[in-house]
Parts: sequence; C-alpha cells; structure tokens
Amino acid sequence: MLKQFLDRFSWVDFFMRLLQVAAVIVIIVGIFNSLGATKYTSGQWVTLVFAGLAQGSIYALIALGYTLVYGILLMINFAHGDVYMAGAFTAVFLANSLAASGFLGAQPVISVLLLILLAASVSMVLNVVVERVAYRPLRGAPRLVPLITAIGASFTIEYTFRGLYGAEFQSYPIIPALDGQFLTLAGFEIPWTQIVVLVAAILLMVSLYFFIERTKIGKAMRAVSEDKEVARLMGIDVDKTIMITFAVGGALAGAAGVFNGIFRPQGVFFFMGFIPGIKAFTAAVLGGIGNIPGAMVGGLFLGVFEAIGPNLILEGLGIPAVNQLRDAFAFTILVLILIFRPQGIFGERLAEKKA
Amino acid sequence: MIKTLQENFQKIQKFALLGGIVAIYLVAVGMVETFAQRNLIGTSLSLGHAFLVLGPIGVGILIAQAMKESETKSIYVAGFLAGALSSVSLILFNIVIQIFVIQADPDAVFYLRNMFVSFTPTAFEFLTFGQGMVLGNILLFLFFGLMGMLGVSFLRFPDKIRRGWINSLIWVLAVGLFSENVAQILRELFGPGLGKIIFSNKSMNPVAAIILFAVVFAFSYFGLKKEASDKWAAMPEEKQKKGRVFIIIMAILFVAILPWLVGLFLSQALFIIGMYVMMGLGLNIVVGYAGLLDLGYVAFFAFGAYTMGILTTTGALGRSDLNFWMALPFAMLIGVLWGLLLGFPVLRMRGDYLAIVTLGFGEIIRILALSNWLAPFGGGAQGILHIPQPEFFGLSMNSPQAMYYLVVLGAVLAAFVTIRLRDSRLGRQWMAMREDEDVAEAMGINLIQTKLLAFSIGAAFSALAGAIFAARLGNIFPHSFNILISINALALIIVGGLGSIPGVVVGAIILIGLPEMLREFAEYRLLMYGMLLIIMMIVKPDGFMPEARRSQELRDEKDTLPKQAAGTEG
Repeated sequence: MLKQFLDRFSWVDFFMRLLQVAAVIVIIVGIFNSLGATKYTSGQWVTLVFAGLAQGSIYALIALGYTLVYGILLMINFAHGDVYMAGAFTAVFLANSLAASGFLGAQPVISVLLLILLAASVSMVLNVVVERVAYRPLRGAPRLVPLITAIGASFTIEYTFRGLYGAEFQSYPIIPALDGQFLTLAGFEIPWTQIVVLVAAILLMVSLYFFIERTKIGKAMRAVSEDKEVARLMGIDVDKTIMITFAVGGALAGAAGVFNGIFRPQGVFFFMGFIPGIKAFTAAVLGGIGNIPGAMVGGLFLGVFEAIGPNLILEGLGIPAVNQLRDAFAFTILVLILIFRPQGIFGERLAEKKA
Repeated sequence: MIKTLQENFQKIQKFALLGGIVAIYLVAVGMVETFAQRNLIGTSLSLGHAFLVLGPIGVGILIAQAMKESETKSIYVAGFLAGALSSVSLILFNIVIQIFVIQADPDAVFYLRNMFVSFTPTAFEFLTFGQGMVLGNILLFLFFGLMGMLGVSFLRFPDKIRRGWINSLIWVLAVGLFSENVAQILRELFGPGLGKIIFSNKSMNPVAAIILFAVVFAFSYFGLKKEASDKWAAMPEEKQKKGRVFIIIMAILFVAILPWLVGLFLSQALFIIGMYVMMGLGLNIVVGYAGLLDLGYVAFFAFGAYTMGILTTTGALGRSDLNFWMALPFAMLIGVLWGLLLGFPVLRMRGDYLAIVTLGFGEIIRILALSNWLAPFGGGAQGILHIPQPEFFGLSMNSPQAMYYLVVLGAVLAAFVTIRLRDSRLGRQWMAMREDEDVAEAMGINLIQTKLLAFSIGAAFSALAGAIFAARLGNIFPHSFNILISINALALIIVGGLGSIPGVVVGAIILIGLPEMLREFAEYRLLMYGMLLIIMMIVKPDGFMPEARRSQELRDEKDTLPKQAAGTEG
C-alpha cells in the first residue's frame, strides 16, 4: 500500500494540490469576511449580478466563436476578440448617424436590428477573410504555427481599423426608449438595457443551438469536428464547412459588439477587443472548449463571477480599490481554470483528441 | 500577341483585382497619405509613392511569373494591362471622395470622413497628382500601368542588366529612406559638407540619386561582388582562415566604434536593439529550444526593472541603497525565482493553453503593478522615479553610448550562455522535449527539471534586460510593461528564425532597429509586425536565419520522409 503510494507520489501533484487548497481557502476566507462585514445590501448584489449577466451574455456570444473554431480546427482563433471589435467599431458610425437623424428614437427596434445586421456582416466577412488568408494555408502545420499567425492576424486587424477609423474613442448613442428605464422585479430595480441584451443574446444562442443540431449545415459542422477525413469521405466539403463555422462565429461576435454598445455606451476603439477576447476564451474553457451550451453557461458564469467576485472575495481580504483589479481577477480565474480544470465545468467533448 | 493576352486574361483580371485590393488597402489605412509627407528623392518622389506602387509592381511580378513561357513583348503588355486595371479601385476611391467628402456637407447626418479618417481631400490630391478629377485619374491609370511594366522588368530584363537595375533601385530607395542616418554618419566621417550636398531636408538630391544609381548599377553590371567572392574561393585554405580572423576582428571593432559613428540618437536605437537581442535570446531558449510558447515574457522584464528600481532608487520607494552593479544580480535572481514560480503551475500544459496562461500571467502582473493595492511597493500608476544611472569606476554612464556597451556585453553574455547550453546535455533535452514531450519523457528526460530550467534561464535574461532598461530610463511606469513587449520579442525571434542565434540579432535589427530609425513608420509599426508574422509563417516558417534542426522539423512530414529514407538526414 505505502509503496504503491510512494511510487505514484509526485512532487508536482503535491504542490498543485497545495496550490488548489490554498486558492480555495483564500476564496472562502474572502467570502466570509465580506459577507460578515455586510457592506452591501442585497439590492446591490442583485444589481451586480444582473450587470454581470448582461456582460456575461456578451462574453458568451464571443466565446461561441472560440468554441466553434476550436471544435473544428483545434486552434485558438486569437484574432476573435478583434473580429468582435471590428463589428462594434463599424456599427458605431451607423448608430451615431441614426441617432443624429432621429431614427433611433423613433424606431429603436428596427435601428438596433440594422446595427446588428451591419456589425454581424462586417465581423462575419472579416473572420472568413482571416481564415482564408491566415489559417487555411497552414492546415496541417505544427500547432505553434497557426497560433503565431493568429497573433499576427490580431495585430493586423487592430491596426488596420486604427488606420481606417482613427485612434479615437467613439461612443454609442444612448437609446432614448431604454434610457433610465428600470424593470421592477421582486422589489429590485433592473435596467432595461441589461434585460434586452440578456434576452437578445439568449435568443441568438438558442437559435445557434438549433442551427447546429437541426440543420444540414450544422450536421456537417458536427461531422467535420468529429473527423475531417471521414467527413470528407462522406461527401462533405470540409473547407466550406470550416468557412461557414468562421462566418457564424464572426457574426455572433459582431452582434455581441452591438450589445456591448447598447449595454454600456462608454466607447469603442481599435484595441477594445483584446481583453474581452481573452475573457471570452476563459468562458469557452470554463464551459469545456468545443462544447456549445458550455460556452453559453461559461460566459454567463464568468460575467457574474467577475461582477461580484472582486467585491465578494478580494474586499474580504482587505485589498483596497478592488475595482481596479477586476481584469486581474478575471485573468486569475482563467489561469486557475486552465491549470486545474482544463476540461471545463461540464467536461470537454474533445478531451481525447487533444493529447 | 493578342491571342496570348486573351488566353491569359483571367490571370490578368485576378492579379489586377489583387493589386487593386492591396493599393486601396494601403490608401484606406492612411499609409500612403502619411508617408507622402516624407520625401525620398527631391520633392517629387515620396515614401507615399513607394507604398502606392507596391500593388501594381507586385502585380507585374506575378504576371511575369505566371506567363513565364510567353514572349517578352506580350508579357510587358499584360503587365501594363494588369497594373493599369489595378488602379480602378483607386479611381473609384477618388470618385467616392469627390462626391462624399469634397462636395458633401460636413454637418450632415452622415459625413464619410467622420468614419474613414483617411478619406481626405489631401489623399485625393495625392492620387490625382493635383491634376483634378479627369486628367488625374487618367494619369493614375497610366502610371499604374507603367508600374506593372516595372514589376515585369524585374523578372524579364536580361540577366546582367536586371541585377544592376534591382540593386540600384534598392540602394537609391534605401539611402533616401535612411537619409537622416546616412547624413549623420557622413557628418561624423567627413564633416558637415558632404551631407549637405547630398541631402536637403531629409530628402535626397536628385543628382546625387542618379550618381548613386549609376555607381551601384556599374558595380552590379560588371559583377564586382561576384569577382571578389571568386577570388576568395580561389584563395588557399590558410589564407582564408587568416582572412576570416581579420573579418571577425573588423566586425568586433565595428561593433565597438558603432555608437561613435552614428551619433546620440542612433545610439539610443542601438541600445534598444541590444536590449531586445538580450530578451530575444532568453525567449529563444524558452520558445525556440524548449518549444514552450510564452506570451507573458514581459512579466520577467518587469520584475527585473522593478527590482532594479526598488533597490537603487533615491526616491521615496527605495528599500536599500545598493548601486546598479550590486542590484544587478538580485534582479536576475528575482527573475529566476519568478521564472520558477510561474513555470511551476504550467508544467503540465502545452501548446496553446500554455500560451494563454502565460499571457494571463503577464497581464495580471501589469494590472497588479498598476493597482493601489501594491502601490506602497511599486508606486502604482506613478511608477518608480529617480533610478540612478550605473557608474563605472566613478564615471556615470549617462550617455546612450556607455549604456550601449553595457547592453552589448549583456547580449554577448546571453549569446555565450545560449550557445554553451544548446550544445550541452540540457540543450539536447530541450530539443527532444520540443519535438515530442511524451517520447522525451519515455527516454528518461526529467520534464519538470528541463522545463523549469528553460523558464528560469529565459526569465533571467529578460530580468537582466529589464534591469538595464530601468537604469537607462531612470523612471519606470507599469504602462511600459504591456503585452506589446512580449509580442515584439516573439516576433523578432520568429522573423529571425526560431532557435537561431544570428537570427535573433537579425530579427532585432529588422523589427526593432528599423522602426526606431524610421520614425515615420511609428503609427504603422504594429500593423507591419502583424502582417510580417502571417507572411513569415506562410512563406518562410523557419525565418531569415533558420536553425538547421528547427527548419527540418517545420517541414512537412511528407517532404522529409523520403529524404530520410535516402539517407540525407542532417
């Protein structure tokens, strides 16, 4: 017994376990301390949760692009965050024109649909172009190679759009119909913008799910992600299917860009995609990369966790100005998840293929 | 001839479309207009022109390649046609500007220039050569056609003339581009007179350009370079050896006097190149040898800089009064420690997950350095001020030249360590691990130890570079330690060739040195990096100075297998 144990014992495992326990203890101590301090009311927590859900639905939409591509090509489309930026950045000009002409005030639904249409098409085309130029010539190359071109593509997109639209921040207009409107739910006030974003995002995700599960193209996508060679033998055009995958992922990211603009009209600029991109990747891994419902749940979960986490955990540890650390908190989750549970919460569909 | 053209018309169309996309892209992102302000030769030929014609010249080259078999005359006509057709995108651009910018109302609901910042009347002016809508566009059409023919000429001129033609064009453009630097060197060597004759206001004197063109053309035409190399090959072995020693001594001397040759400003550029060589060599161990893609390399650079800052600063944050030389080992030690600490949790990861986790580490550390939480240690957003410059036997090394020597010393040390490690047992272990982790482990390589050593040695060089950086600048801010530094270092080792030591130097000169010298490019530097990364990976994945073993690995299995079977494995 003991010998067997000693044979299997590895210092790496031991320290990793130690690290894991330490992380859990830190989290628990933090939560206890902050809940004990009763600094925030339950209303404030609910506000944070809903803001987190809305933000999380944006992450989820971007994460779907990562998951779809990873499911098929087993590569991280590092440029996906910038594809999201491209849609958001392009649509902001239409949004401002619509606002200036008064159309946004008169027909908010049609305006938002127009914005989504524009952003989604720009992101879609861009993602397909990126695939065609930067990834397709490298099919079958060592795995480091497409990752490096993806980094290259990311910078190319960022600075192309900087050249096209300039380096300044552009702000989305406030939609008059949603401005300052709150939905009262069980005594808590929730801004309508968040509800709209959340509901629209969920609608998109559900339609994506049916697209993948019920349509012929979805079936082809699933087949290609199972096994490219066999799919080709079954008469599926693999390159076309991969292109469609990139197109779908890009369109979702573009829509996410518009939702981001509605949700918080702070400003879009050429570098805005970098951090949401990494966070969305976290969300995709969190839900088990390659797993579509997983990416949705992972995104929502990450959004909420990121919204309440700093106040709930870090503040309890006596760290000042926790809001500065929001991004660091999200990245810490990323690092912890990748280290301790790379297969995600729901497990990964692709576990055996990755080796 | 007409028949050949008809047969190839589809190709012409395709290439023209490609060239048109390139041309409109360069105009739309504003490169052409920005660079148009920088004259190369006289006042009529600017850097903007050079970028404008990239599209049609490329089209010409493609046409000449695709129609290799056809007769020369029809290729030229095809080149003209394709080049001219590629101007159609720009003609449309001109029309759009005419209608939506020049004649439009800036206060309208939608004004095109609010969206596309480069769609300016100046761009219109530049593209139409100031000749107005109709004549300007016709000129543009013809000009692009001529440029297409120029592209063809690069491949179709008779061999001797072709060499001279290409070489002299490159030389003239390069001297025009680096005019400031060339003028500076001429000033140091021959006094102020000569530079003033050749250059006026950053741009080359047309007469001087023609003379230079003629000289280079003559050199290439008569094949003087080839003659010299023939002579060299004919020399006896012993003489060659002596010659080689002589060349090495000259190279060392050259590196030693370089900062005095090029003046203050360029010495600073040399310093930065040296710093990146040091970092590149460190990252080369991690990525090139051990095959661990680390995107958070900047973290160790930051640790080195912050350690140096905290230990030596005379400001409020100082924790000790060590001098630069005494703090240097500590900076490296901290680098090693953090290399171990951050390397440990990622031992079990590979490939892209590793890349993302290290990226996360880098960002976390930057955000923490910025935060109020750690401000009592690292100064938060204000950073650390008043870091003294190193002293050398009582002399303050406050000039870029002095720091250049320091950084060259560091780079030489890093190169030495890298070479020795590469040829050691550890180096072979790294490479075995890079090829296949599982097999390496099965062969008895201790992966934990090997990986941690790669991380920590790489981190040490990065920390060393960071420490020197902090001492040179005197103030450090968290904003200096962003992801772009990691990307710069990664890009330079990839461009140079993963795993290759001369490649790191070449990569640093190309990616760090050139943009430092050509400040006109500052805005578009990262755009070019991004494109370069993609193009390198597709066209030349083993870099400009490939390492033998690495390039073999990157080649497709299909290519290598028969070769190995034939016993040509190297």
